Amino acid sequence: MLHTVNKSPFERNTLESCLRHAKKGSAVLLIEDGVYGALKGTTVSGKVSEAMKSVTVYALQPDIEARGVQNRVLDGIKLVDYGGFVDLVTEHNATQSWL
Amino acid sequence: MKFGILVNEGPYTHEASDTAYQFTKAALEKGHEIVRVFFYHDGVNNGTRLTTPPQDERNIVKRWGELADQHKLDMVVCVAAAQRRGIVDTDEAKRHGKDADNIAPGFHISGLGQLIDAGIKADRLVVFGD
Repeated sequence: MLHTVNKSPFERNTLESCLRHAKKGSAVLLIEDGVYGALKGTTVSGKVSEAMKSVTVYALQPDIEARGVQNRVLDGIKLVDYGGFVDLVTEHNATQSWL
Repeated sequence: MKFGILVNEGPYTHEASDTAYQFTKAALEKGHEIVRVFFYHDGVNNGTRLTTPPQDERNIVKRWGELADQHKLDMVVCVAAAQRRGIVDTDEAKRHGKDADNIAPGFHISGLGQLIDAGIKADRLVVFGD
């Protein structure tokens, strides 16, 4: 299963809900303001790093760059472009958008 | 692979309509098929031809229309959501006694059944919204 999160973890609790529900081996893609969940040194960084032991976390590079935070991305988070987003959707049996 | 796209957010709100557009474009560039783009809830506001953004800014409505034209996309606006928000085509305008229609080129108005149909026909349904 691919999960997408599009809101900042400082605005909504969708990232937290997603990480709580995502099964081991699934993928989580942070898009739009959701990319704020991919940053180092925030109050959710620890939770995201912990989650990365069981799920793969991706972030949409154009949205990271649009916010100028490319130098603050947590180690282990994989950056993808829109083509990579399409590939992730095809590689997983279903997509759950946490809105 | 066949994709269904659901857009639940209006243009110029947050970023969902932009992401949906960029995703659809990237999927087409990779040779995938888009079964249908369905606009629901505030997403129906993507389908009014009366939007006039500043000339140096992206024109979200026109951009969807051009993509639909290039790739013969089926872009459906939900009728009930559209009625509530004042998005009408010629038939709907006549039926409700309105003095004009405002549906944008490339879009057409239909029912929620078209979303279910897209979900059945597509291998993946991807939801963009708020």
